[in-house]
Amino acid sequence: MQNDRRKGGMRGSPDAALLLLADSRLPAGGHAHSGGAEEAVRLGTITGPEDLARFLRGRLATAGLVSAALAAAACELASAGHDEQAAAHDEQTGGRDGQSDDPAGRWRQLDAEADARTASPAQREASRVQGRLLIRSARRIWPSPVLDLLAKAVPNGVHHPIALGAAAASAGCDPYQSALAAAYNAVTGPATAAVRLLGLDPVTVHRLLADLAPALNDAAHAACASLIDDVVMEPGAADPFGPYGTANGDAKGSTRGPGWPALPGHAAPALDLLAEGHHSNTMKLFVS
Amino acid sequence: MTTPLLSPAPPSPAERAAAVTARAVIATRASGGHTRLETLRSEPPLTVRQTGPGLVHLVSTGAGPLGGDRLTLVIDVAPGTALEVRSVASTLVLPGPSPADSLMMIDAHVGAGASLRFTPEPTVLAAGCSHRMAVRLSLAEDATVFWREEIVFGRHGERPGRCRARFDATVAGRPLLRQELVVGHPEVEGSPAVYGDARCVGSTLVAGPAWDAAHDSKRERRATIGAGWAALPLAGPGVLASALAQDTVELRARLGRAEQAAAVPPER
Repeated sequence: MQNDRRKGGMRGSPDAALLLLADSRLPAGGHAHSGGAEEAVRLGTITGPEDLARFLRGRLATAGLVSAALAAAACELASAGHDEQAAAHDEQTGGRDGQSDDPAGRWRQLDAEADARTASPAQREASRVQGRLLIRSARRIWPSPVLDLLAKAVPNGVHHPIALGAAAASAGCDPYQSALAAAYNAVTGPATAAVRLLGLDPVTVHRLLADLAPALNDAAHAACASLIDDVVMEPGAADPFGPYGTANGDAKGSTRGPGWPALPGHAAPALDLLAEGHHSNTMKLFVS
Repeated sequence: MTTPLLSPAPPSPAERAAAVTARAVIATRASGGHTRLETLRSEPPLTVRQTGPGLVHLVSTGAGPLGGDRLTLVIDVAPGTALEVRSVASTLVLPGPSPADSLMMIDAHVGAGASLRFTPEPTVLAAGCSHRMAVRLSLAEDATVFWREEIVFGRHGERPGRCRARFDATVAGRPLLRQELVVGHPEVEGSPAVYGDARCVGSTLVAGPAWDAAHDSKRERRATIGAGWAALPLAGPGVLASALAQDTVELRARLGRAEQAAAVPPER
Protein backbone atom coordinates (compact mmCIF):
# COMPACT_ATOMS: atom_id res chain seq x y z
CA MET A 1 0.00 0.00 0.00
CA GLN A 2 2.75 2.40 0.99
CA ASN A 3 4.75 1.15 -1.91
CA ASP A 4 1.89 1.91 -4.27
CA ARG A 5 1.64 5.44 -3.01
CA ARG A 6 5.36 6.00 -3.37
CA LYS A 7 5.45 4.80 -6.93
CA GLY A 8 2.07 5.80 -8.23
CA GLY A 9 0.65 8.55 -6.04
CA MET A 10 3.11 11.34 -5.38
CA ARG A 11 5.40 10.31 -8.18
CA GLY A 12 2.69 11.13 -10.63
CA SER A 13 2.49 14.73 -9.43
CA PRO A 14 6.01 16.05 -8.96
CA ASP A 15 5.03 19.69 -9.53
CA ALA A 16 2.53 19.63 -6.67
CA ALA A 17 5.07 17.78 -4.53
CA LEU A 18 7.61 20.52 -5.24
CA LEU A 19 5.16 23.17 -4.03
CA LEU A 20 4.53 21.27 -0.82
CA LEU A 21 8.22 20.73 -0.24
CA ALA A 22 9.24 24.36 -0.84
CA ASP A 23 6.30 25.83 1.09
CA SER A 24 7.40 27.63 4.25
CA ARG A 25 4.41 26.03 5.96
CA LEU A 26 6.03 22.60 5.62
CA PRO A 27 6.37 21.58 9.28
CA ALA A 28 10.14 21.09 9.27
CA GLY A 29 11.39 24.04 11.29
CA GLY A 30 12.70 26.13 8.42
CA HIS A 31 10.97 29.28 9.68
CA ALA A 32 13.31 29.43 12.68
CA HIS A 33 16.39 30.19 10.54
CA SER A 34 17.40 33.52 9.05
CA GLY A 35 20.50 32.31 7.20
CA GLY A 36 22.69 35.09 8.60
CA ALA A 37 20.15 37.85 7.97
CA GLU A 38 19.45 38.48 11.65
CA GLU A 39 23.11 39.07 12.45
CA ALA A 40 23.52 41.24 9.33
CA VAL A 41 20.57 43.35 10.51
CA ARG A 42 22.08 43.59 13.99
CA LEU A 43 25.43 44.73 12.55
CA GLY A 44 23.74 47.19 10.23
CA THR A 45 24.90 45.63 6.97
CA ILE A 46 21.27 45.04 6.02
CA THR A 47 19.21 48.18 6.66
CA GLY A 48 16.67 48.17 3.85
CA PRO A 49 15.52 46.59 0.60
CA GLU A 50 18.66 47.55 -1.38
CA ASP A 51 21.04 45.87 1.06
CA LEU A 52 18.69 42.94 1.35
CA ALA A 53 18.62 42.50 -2.43
CA ARG A 54 22.43 42.36 -2.55
CA PHE A 55 22.49 40.02 0.44
CA LEU A 56 20.03 37.62 -1.19
CA ARG A 57 21.76 37.71 -4.58
CA GLY A 58 25.14 36.96 -3.02
CA ARG A 59 23.70 34.27 -0.78
CA LEU A 60 22.05 32.58 -3.75
CA ALA A 61 25.28 32.67 -5.81
CA THR A 62 27.27 31.03 -3.01
CA ALA A 63 25.52 29.04 -0.27
CA GLY A 64 22.39 28.73 -2.45
CA LEU A 65 24.27 27.25 -5.39
CA VAL A 66 26.13 24.80 -3.17
CA SER A 67 22.87 23.72 -1.49
CA ALA A 68 21.21 23.32 -4.87
CA ALA A 69 24.02 21.10 -6.12
CA LEU A 70 24.03 18.94 -2.98
CA ALA A 71 20.23 18.61 -3.13
CA ALA A 72 20.38 17.58 -6.78
CA ALA A 73 23.11 15.04 -6.00
CA ALA A 74 21.08 13.64 -3.10
CA CYS A 75 17.95 13.39 -5.24
CA GLU A 76 19.90 11.60 -7.94
CA LEU A 77 21.40 9.18 -5.42
CA ALA A 78 18.01 8.54 -3.82
CA SER A 79 16.28 7.98 -7.15
CA ALA A 80 19.01 5.84 -8.67
CA GLY A 81 19.25 3.49 -5.77
CA HIS A 82 15.62 3.45 -4.70
CA ASP A 83 14.84 -0.22 -5.03
CA GLU A 84 18.38 -1.48 -4.71
CA GLN A 85 18.86 0.49 -1.49
CA ALA A 86 15.60 -0.73 -0.08
CA ALA A 87 16.69 -4.30 -0.64
CA ALA A 88 20.12 -3.72 0.80
CA HIS A 89 18.62 -1.98 3.77
CA ASP A 90 16.24 -4.83 4.52
CA GLU A 91 18.98 -7.40 4.28
CA GLN A 92 21.67 -5.61 6.24
CA THR A 93 19.43 -3.91 8.79
CA GLY A 94 21.14 -0.76 7.74
CA GLY A 95 23.60 -0.24 10.53
CA ARG A 96 26.84 -1.45 9.05
CA ASP A 97 29.69 0.94 8.63
CA GLY A 98 30.69 0.67 5.10
CA GLN A 99 32.74 1.27 2.07
CA SER A 100 31.56 3.48 -0.70
CA ASP A 101 29.48 0.82 -2.44
CA ASP A 102 27.27 0.19 0.56
CA PRO A 103 24.29 2.55 0.30
CA ALA A 104 24.61 3.97 3.82
CA GLY A 105 28.29 4.62 3.14
CA ARG A 106 27.45 6.58 0.02
CA TRP A 107 25.06 8.81 1.97
CA ARG A 108 27.79 9.43 4.54
CA GLN A 109 30.16 10.24 1.71
CA LEU A 110 27.78 12.83 0.29
CA ASP A 111 27.26 14.22 3.78
CA ALA A 112 31.06 14.54 4.12
CA GLU A 113 31.10 16.56 0.88
CA ALA A 114 28.60 18.95 2.50
CA ASP A 115 30.81 19.14 5.61
CA ALA A 116 33.84 20.05 3.49
CA ARG A 117 31.84 22.89 1.91
CA THR A 118 30.68 24.30 5.24
CA ALA A 119 33.66 25.76 7.09
CA SER A 120 31.59 27.40 9.82
CA PRO A 121 30.66 25.07 12.71
CA ALA A 122 27.58 27.18 13.48
CA GLN A 123 26.38 26.70 9.91
CA ARG A 124 27.06 22.97 10.01
CA GLU A 125 25.05 22.72 13.20
CA ALA A 126 22.14 24.75 11.79
CA SER A 127 22.20 22.67 8.62
CA ARG A 128 22.14 19.37 10.53
CA VAL A 129 19.34 20.54 12.85
CA GLN A 130 17.21 21.48 9.84
CA GLY A 131 18.14 18.29 8.03
CA ARG A 132 17.14 16.14 10.99
CA LEU A 133 13.77 17.90 11.33
CA LEU A 134 13.09 17.64 7.62
CA ILE A 135 13.89 13.92 7.54
CA ARG A 136 11.63 13.36 10.54
CA SER A 137 8.71 15.14 8.87
CA ALA A 138 9.36 13.77 5.40
CA ARG A 139 9.40 10.17 6.65
CA ARG A 140 5.80 10.68 7.73
CA ILE A 141 4.68 12.75 4.75
CA TRP A 142 6.45 10.82 1.97
CA PRO A 143 7.46 7.50 3.56
CA SER A 144 10.17 5.66 1.67
CA PRO A 145 12.99 3.20 2.38
CA VAL A 146 15.53 5.78 1.24
CA LEU A 147 14.55 8.20 3.99
CA ASP A 148 14.68 5.39 6.56
CA LEU A 149 18.11 4.43 5.33
CA LEU A 150 19.35 8.03 5.37
CA ALA A 151 18.09 8.58 8.92
CA LYS A 152 20.04 5.51 10.02
CA ALA A 153 23.12 6.27 7.94
CA VAL A 154 23.58 9.74 9.46
CA PRO A 155 21.86 9.53 12.85
CA ASN A 156 23.12 12.91 14.11
CA GLY A 157 21.24 14.67 11.36
CA VAL A 158 22.20 14.82 7.72
CA HIS A 159 22.97 18.20 6.14
CA HIS A 160 19.79 20.01 5.15
CA PRO A 161 20.33 20.11 1.35
CA ILE A 162 20.90 16.35 1.35
CA ALA A 163 17.77 15.77 3.42
CA LEU A 164 15.92 18.03 0.99
CA GLY A 165 17.14 16.13 -2.06
CA ALA A 166 16.23 12.78 -0.53
CA ALA A 167 12.81 14.05 0.58
CA ALA A 168 12.23 15.47 -2.88
CA ALA A 169 13.07 12.14 -4.48
CA SER A 170 10.66 10.39 -2.12
CA ALA A 171 7.97 12.91 -3.08
CA GLY A 172 8.59 12.16 -6.75
CA CYS A 173 10.66 15.21 -7.70
CA ASP A 174 13.66 15.13 -10.00
CA PRO A 175 17.13 16.57 -9.30
CA TYR A 176 16.31 19.87 -11.03
CA GLN A 177 13.25 20.36 -8.84
CA SER A 178 15.28 19.47 -5.75
CA ALA A 179 17.91 22.02 -6.71
CA LEU A 180 15.24 24.63 -7.31
CA ALA A 181 13.69 23.99 -3.90
CA ALA A 182 17.10 24.30 -2.25
CA ALA A 183 17.91 27.54 -4.07
CA TYR A 184 14.46 28.91 -3.19
CA ASN A 185 14.97 28.01 0.49
CA ALA A 186 18.34 29.75 0.46
CA VAL A 187 16.73 33.14 -0.19
CA THR A 188 13.16 32.98 1.10
CA GLY A 189 14.13 32.26 4.70
CA PRO A 190 16.45 35.29 5.01
CA ALA A 191 13.94 37.48 3.12
CA THR A 192 11.10 36.62 5.50
CA ALA A 193 13.40 37.10 8.49
CA ALA A 194 14.38 40.58 7.25
CA VAL A 195 10.71 41.54 6.89
CA ARG A 196 10.11 40.61 10.50
CA LEU A 197 13.33 42.12 11.89
CA LEU A 198 13.29 45.42 10.02
CA GLY A 199 9.54 45.82 9.57
CA LEU A 200 10.01 45.99 5.81
CA ASP A 201 7.06 46.10 3.45
CA PRO A 202 6.40 42.43 2.62
CA VAL A 203 5.31 43.32 -0.90
CA THR A 204 8.57 45.15 -1.59
CA VAL A 205 10.53 42.15 -0.33
CA HIS A 206 8.48 39.73 -2.39
CA ARG A 207 9.26 41.88 -5.39
CA LEU A 208 12.96 41.30 -4.64
CA LEU A 209 12.30 37.58 -4.62
CA ALA A 210 10.43 37.81 -7.91
CA ASP A 211 13.42 39.66 -9.38
CA LEU A 212 15.58 36.73 -8.30
CA ALA A 213 13.41 34.18 -10.14
CA PRO A 214 15.72 33.96 -13.19
CA ALA A 215 18.73 33.59 -10.90
CA LEU A 216 16.94 30.79 -9.03
CA ASN A 217 16.41 28.94 -12.30
CA ASP A 218 20.03 29.55 -13.29
CA ALA A 219 21.29 28.20 -9.96
CA ALA A 220 19.17 25.05 -10.32
CA HIS A 221 20.41 24.54 -13.88
CA ALA A 222 24.02 25.13 -12.84
CA ALA A 223 23.58 22.65 -10.00
CA CYS A 224 22.33 19.96 -12.37
CA ALA A 225 25.00 20.79 -14.94
CA SER A 226 27.64 20.25 -12.29
CA LEU A 227 26.30 16.73 -11.74
CA ILE A 228 26.53 15.93 -15.42
CA ASP A 229 29.98 17.48 -15.75
CA ASP A 230 31.26 15.31 -12.96
CA VAL A 231 30.04 12.14 -14.50
CA VAL A 232 31.69 12.97 -17.79
CA MET A 233 34.87 14.48 -16.42
CA GLU A 234 35.82 12.06 -13.71
CA PRO A 235 38.36 10.89 -12.92
CA GLY A 236 41.08 13.46 -12.56
CA ALA A 237 39.77 16.00 -15.04
CA ALA A 238 36.99 17.51 -12.98
CA ASP A 239 38.36 20.95 -13.69
CA PRO A 240 38.74 22.20 -17.20
CA PHE A 241 42.49 22.56 -16.94
CA GLY A 242 43.36 19.38 -18.73
CA PRO A 243 45.77 16.85 -17.25
CA TYR A 244 46.27 17.85 -13.67
CA GLY A 245 46.74 16.23 -10.34
CA THR A 246 48.68 13.22 -11.50
CA ALA A 247 52.12 14.75 -11.12
CA ASN A 248 52.72 13.04 -7.81
CA GLY A 249 51.46 9.70 -8.93
CA ASP A 250 48.83 10.14 -6.24
CA ALA A 251 46.34 7.38 -6.76
CA LYS A 252 44.18 8.51 -3.85
CA GLY A 253 42.47 11.03 -6.07
CA SER A 254 40.57 8.31 -7.85
CA THR A 255 38.87 6.91 -4.76
CA ARG A 256 36.96 9.99 -3.81
CA GLY A 257 33.48 8.97 -4.83
CA PRO A 258 31.07 9.24 -7.67
CA GLY A 259 31.86 12.67 -9.09
CA TRP A 260 30.82 14.67 -6.04
CA PRO A 261 34.23 16.21 -5.32
CA ALA A 262 33.87 18.67 -8.20
CA LEU A 263 30.42 19.96 -7.16
CA PRO A 264 30.31 23.73 -6.58
CA GLY A 265 31.91 24.91 -3.36
CA HIS A 266 31.22 28.63 -3.53
CA ALA A 267 32.18 30.22 -0.26
CA ALA A 268 30.77 33.32 1.41
CA PRO A 269 33.26 34.49 4.06
CA ALA A 270 30.83 37.14 5.34
CA LEU A 271 28.10 34.51 5.90
CA ASP A 272 30.62 32.46 7.89
CA LEU A 273 31.41 35.44 10.10
CA LEU A 274 27.71 36.29 10.46
CA ALA A 275 26.82 32.73 11.42
CA GLU A 276 29.48 32.61 14.13
CA GLY A 277 28.61 36.06 15.41
CA HIS A 278 24.96 35.09 15.57
CA HIS A 279 25.80 31.86 17.36
CA SER A 280 27.58 33.70 20.17
CA ASN A 281 24.85 36.33 20.51
CA THR A 282 22.38 35.49 23.25
CA MET A 283 19.72 38.07 22.29
CA LYS A 284 18.30 36.58 19.15
CA LEU A 285 15.03 35.69 17.55
CA PHE A 286 16.19 33.10 15.03
CA VAL A 287 18.20 29.92 15.57
CA SER A 288 20.63 30.82 12.78
CA MET B 1 33.31 17.18 -23.73
CA THR B 2 36.94 18.22 -23.68
CA THR B 3 35.91 21.64 -25.00
CA PRO B 4 37.79 24.06 -22.77
CA LEU B 5 35.22 25.99 -20.82
CA LEU B 6 37.66 28.80 -20.30
CA SER B 7 38.40 30.05 -23.79
CA PRO B 8 35.30 30.32 -25.95
CA ALA B 9 37.27 31.03 -29.12
CA PRO B 10 40.58 29.43 -30.05
CA PRO B 11 43.39 31.94 -29.62
CA SER B 12 44.89 33.54 -32.69
CA PRO B 13 48.53 32.73 -33.49
CA ALA B 14 49.61 36.08 -32.09
CA GLU B 15 47.73 35.45 -28.88
CA ARG B 16 49.20 31.98 -28.63
CA ALA B 17 52.67 33.38 -28.98
CA ALA B 18 52.03 35.96 -26.28
CA ALA B 19 50.58 33.59 -23.69
CA VAL B 20 52.93 31.54 -21.56
CA THR B 21 52.65 27.99 -20.31
CA ALA B 22 55.03 27.34 -17.47
CA ARG B 23 55.49 24.68 -14.85
CA ALA B 24 57.54 24.62 -11.69
CA VAL B 25 58.24 21.66 -9.44
CA ILE B 26 59.40 21.54 -5.84
CA ALA B 27 59.99 18.11 -4.31
CA THR B 28 61.69 17.09 -1.10
CA ARG B 29 63.51 13.96 -0.02
CA ALA B 30 64.38 12.69 3.45
CA SER B 31 68.11 12.35 3.91
CA GLY B 32 69.58 11.32 7.26
CA GLY B 33 66.77 12.95 9.23
CA HIS B 34 67.00 16.17 7.22
CA THR B 35 64.96 17.58 4.39
CA ARG B 36 66.73 17.84 1.06
CA LEU B 37 65.29 19.49 -1.99
CA GLU B 38 65.12 16.74 -4.51
CA THR B 39 63.76 18.60 -7.49
CA LEU B 40 63.67 22.29 -8.09
CA ARG B 41 62.59 23.08 -11.60
CA SER B 42 61.04 26.16 -12.99
CA GLU B 43 60.29 28.10 -16.13
CA PRO B 44 59.81 31.86 -16.43
CA PRO B 45 57.72 33.64 -15.33
CA LEU B 46 57.43 31.15 -12.49
CA THR B 47 60.80 30.69 -10.85
CA VAL B 48 61.56 28.87 -7.61
CA ARG B 49 64.74 29.40 -5.58
CA GLN B 50 66.06 27.70 -2.50
CA THR B 51 66.70 30.39 0.12
CA GLY B 52 67.39 28.26 3.17
CA PRO B 53 67.20 24.72 4.47
CA GLY B 54 63.75 23.43 3.52
CA LEU B 55 62.80 26.94 2.40
CA VAL B 56 61.89 27.94 -1.13
CA HIS B 57 60.86 31.32 -2.49
CA LEU B 58 58.69 31.85 -5.54
CA VAL B 59 60.20 34.59 -7.64
CA SER B 60 58.25 36.20 -10.41
CA THR B 61 60.61 36.72 -13.31
CA GLY B 62 58.08 38.32 -15.62
CA ALA B 63 54.84 40.27 -15.60
CA GLY B 64 51.61 38.67 -14.70
CA PRO B 65 50.15 36.15 -14.92
CA LEU B 66 48.51 37.69 -17.97
CA GLY B 67 45.39 36.57 -19.79
CA GLY B 68 46.04 33.24 -21.52
CA ASP B 69 48.97 32.27 -19.29
CA ARG B 70 48.82 28.80 -17.78
CA LEU B 71 51.06 28.40 -14.79
CA THR B 72 51.39 25.18 -12.81
CA LEU B 73 53.21 24.65 -9.56
CA VAL B 74 53.72 21.12 -8.30
CA ILE B 75 54.77 20.60 -4.69
CA ASP B 76 55.63 17.18 -3.38
CA VAL B 77 56.63 16.97 0.25
CA ALA B 78 58.06 13.50 0.83
CA PRO B 79 57.17 11.53 3.98
CA GLY B 80 58.95 12.81 7.05
CA THR B 81 60.22 16.03 5.48
CA ALA B 82 59.36 19.69 6.06
CA LEU B 83 59.02 22.39 3.45
CA GLU B 84 58.22 26.07 3.58
CA VAL B 85 57.25 28.01 0.47
CA ARG B 86 57.05 31.79 0.38
CA SER B 87 57.13 34.40 -2.33
CA VAL B 88 59.33 37.42 -2.81
CA ALA B 89 56.50 39.77 -3.79
CA SER B 90 52.79 39.84 -4.32
CA THR B 91 51.39 38.50 -7.59
CA LEU B 92 49.76 41.08 -9.84
CA VAL B 93 47.25 39.46 -12.18
CA LEU B 94 46.76 41.53 -15.35
CA PRO B 95 44.66 41.28 -18.46
CA GLY B 96 46.74 40.12 -21.41
CA PRO B 97 46.76 40.10 -25.17
CA SER B 98 44.62 36.97 -25.08
CA PRO B 99 41.00 37.20 -23.95
CA ALA B 100 41.39 33.79 -22.28
CA ASP B 101 41.61 33.46 -18.51
CA SER B 102 44.95 33.36 -16.84
CA LEU B 103 45.33 30.12 -14.89
CA MET B 104 47.34 29.36 -11.81
CA MET B 105 47.20 25.75 -10.69
CA ILE B 106 48.88 24.33 -7.66
CA ASP B 107 49.02 20.62 -7.11
CA ALA B 108 50.45 19.82 -3.70
CA HIS B 109 50.92 16.54 -1.91
CA VAL B 110 52.14 16.23 1.66
CA GLY B 111 53.30 12.76 2.63
CA ALA B 112 53.06 10.82 5.87
CA GLY B 113 54.49 12.70 8.82
CA ALA B 114 55.56 15.56 6.54
CA SER B 115 54.72 19.22 6.92
CA LEU B 116 54.19 22.05 4.48
CA ARG B 117 53.96 25.74 5.19
CA PHE B 118 52.77 27.74 2.18
CA THR B 119 52.64 31.49 2.79
CA PRO B 120 53.03 33.46 -0.43
CA GLU B 121 52.36 37.18 -0.64
CA PRO B 122 48.84 38.22 -1.77
CA THR B 123 47.42 37.87 -5.25
CA VAL B 124 46.24 41.27 -6.53
CA LEU B 125 43.50 41.28 -9.16
CA ALA B 126 44.16 44.26 -11.43
CA ALA B 127 41.26 45.83 -13.31
CA GLY B 128 40.18 43.83 -16.35
CA CYS B 129 41.91 40.61 -15.41
CA SER B 130 40.12 37.28 -15.69
CA HIS B 131 41.86 34.80 -13.49
CA ARG B 132 41.38 31.26 -12.31
CA MET B 133 43.21 29.61 -9.50
CA ALA B 134 42.94 26.02 -8.47
CA VAL B 135 44.68 24.40 -5.56
CA ARG B 136 44.57 20.68 -5.06
CA LEU B 137 46.10 19.82 -1.73
CA SER B 138 46.25 16.16 -0.83
CA LEU B 139 47.42 15.28 2.64
CA ALA B 140 48.49 11.92 3.96
CA GLU B 141 46.74 10.79 7.14
CA ASP B 142 49.25 12.38 9.52
CA ALA B 143 50.58 15.24 7.38
CA THR B 144 50.55 18.79 8.69
CA VAL B 145 49.85 21.90 6.64
CA PHE B 146 49.63 25.66 7.00
CA TRP B 147 48.30 27.10 3.74
CA ARG B 148 47.58 30.78 3.33
CA GLU B 149 45.77 32.45 0.48
CA GLU B 150 45.15 36.20 0.25
CA ILE B 151 43.30 37.90 -2.59
CA VAL B 152 43.23 41.68 -3.06
CA PHE B 153 40.37 43.17 -5.06
CA GLY B 154 42.32 45.51 -7.35
CA ARG B 155 45.20 47.90 -6.79
CA HIS B 156 44.58 51.05 -4.77
CA GLY B 157 41.34 52.71 -5.84
CA GLU B 158 40.84 50.24 -8.66
CA ARG B 159 37.88 48.00 -9.37
CA PRO B 160 39.01 44.38 -9.45
CA GLY B 161 39.03 42.10 -12.44
CA ARG B 162 37.36 38.74 -12.21
CA CYS B 163 38.64 35.73 -10.37
CA ARG B 164 37.52 32.28 -9.38
CA ALA B 165 39.74 30.54 -6.85
CA ARG B 166 38.98 26.92 -6.09
CA PHE B 167 40.59 25.12 -3.18
CA ASP B 168 40.28 21.39 -2.56
CA ALA B 169 42.00 19.79 0.41
CA THR B 170 41.72 16.09 1.17
CA VAL B 171 43.12 13.97 3.98
CA ALA B 172 43.87 10.37 2.94
CA GLY B 173 41.38 10.91 0.12
CA ARG B 174 38.59 12.20 2.36
CA PRO B 175 37.38 15.76 1.74
CA LEU B 176 38.53 18.27 4.35
CA LEU B 177 37.77 21.60 2.71
CA ARG B 178 36.36 22.48 -0.68
CA GLN B 179 35.74 26.12 -1.35
CA GLU B 180 35.62 28.48 -4.26
CA LEU B 181 36.00 32.23 -3.91
CA VAL B 182 34.43 34.25 -6.69
CA VAL B 183 35.54 37.88 -7.00
CA GLY B 184 34.46 40.67 -9.29
CA HIS B 185 31.31 38.96 -10.55
CA PRO B 186 28.14 41.09 -10.33
CA GLU B 187 26.17 38.61 -8.22
CA VAL B 188 28.67 38.72 -5.36
CA GLU B 189 29.93 42.30 -5.65
CA GLY B 190 28.98 44.44 -2.67
CA SER B 191 26.87 41.66 -1.18
CA PRO B 192 26.72 41.77 2.61
CA ALA B 193 26.51 37.97 2.42
CA VAL B 194 29.79 37.44 0.60
CA TYR B 195 32.49 40.10 1.19
CA GLY B 196 30.45 43.10 2.35
CA ASP B 197 32.51 46.24 1.72
CA ALA B 198 35.84 44.44 2.15
CA ARG B 199 38.58 44.98 -0.43
CA CYS B 200 40.47 41.79 0.29
CA VAL B 201 39.89 38.30 1.60
CA GLY B 202 42.23 35.87 3.27
CA SER B 203 41.95 32.28 4.34
CA THR B 204 44.45 29.95 5.92
CA LEU B 205 44.00 26.25 6.33
CA VAL B 206 45.73 24.82 9.37
CA ALA B 207 45.42 21.06 9.43
CA GLY B 208 47.05 17.95 10.76
CA PRO B 209 46.65 15.03 13.13
CA ALA B 210 46.61 17.38 16.15
CA TRP B 211 43.25 18.73 14.95
CA ASP B 212 41.67 15.35 14.46
CA ALA B 213 38.07 15.86 15.52
CA ALA B 214 37.13 12.20 15.45
CA HIS B 215 37.04 12.07 19.25
CA ASP B 216 33.67 13.82 19.32
CA SER B 217 31.57 13.61 16.22
CA LYS B 218 28.32 14.66 17.92
CA ARG B 219 29.30 18.14 18.95
CA GLU B 220 30.80 20.84 16.80
CA ARG B 221 33.79 22.66 18.21
CA ARG B 222 33.17 26.35 18.71
CA ALA B 223 34.68 29.00 16.48
CA THR B 224 36.80 31.87 17.76
CA ILE B 225 35.78 35.22 16.32
CA GLY B 226 36.92 38.83 16.28
CA ALA B 227 36.28 41.94 14.19
CA GLY B 228 36.47 40.77 10.57
CA TRP B 229 38.02 37.40 11.33
CA ALA B 230 37.15 33.91 12.50
CA ALA B 231 38.92 30.66 13.26
CA LEU B 232 36.51 28.00 12.07
CA PRO B 233 37.06 24.42 13.24
CA LEU B 234 36.27 22.15 10.30
CA ALA B 235 34.39 18.89 10.47
CA GLY B 236 37.66 17.13 9.66
CA PRO B 237 41.11 17.52 11.23
CA GLY B 238 41.72 21.20 10.62
CA VAL B 239 40.74 24.79 11.20
CA LEU B 240 40.09 27.49 8.62
CA ALA B 241 41.29 30.96 9.54
CA SER B 242 39.25 33.47 7.60
CA ALA B 243 39.41 37.27 7.38
CA LEU B 244 37.96 40.19 5.47
CA ALA B 245 39.56 43.63 5.42
CA GLN B 246 39.84 46.98 3.70
CA ASP B 247 43.54 46.71 2.86
CA THR B 248 46.44 44.27 2.96
CA VAL B 249 47.83 45.57 6.25
CA GLU B 250 44.52 45.13 8.02
CA LEU B 251 44.05 41.77 6.30
CA ARG B 252 47.38 40.42 7.50
CA ALA B 253 46.67 41.62 11.04
CA ARG B 254 43.20 40.04 11.13
CA LEU B 255 44.26 36.85 9.44
CA GLY B 256 47.20 36.66 11.81
CA ARG B 257 44.85 36.74 14.79
CA ALA B 258 42.66 34.09 13.21
CA GLU B 259 45.72 31.95 12.43
CA GLN B 260 46.87 32.21 16.05
CA ALA B 261 43.48 31.06 17.27
CA ALA B 262 43.45 28.30 14.65
CA ALA B 263 46.92 27.08 15.60
CA VAL B 264 45.83 25.97 19.06
CA PRO B 265 44.93 22.30 18.73
CA PRO B 266 41.70 21.26 20.46
CA GLU B 267 41.89 19.73 23.90
CA ARG B 268 41.21 16.06 24.01
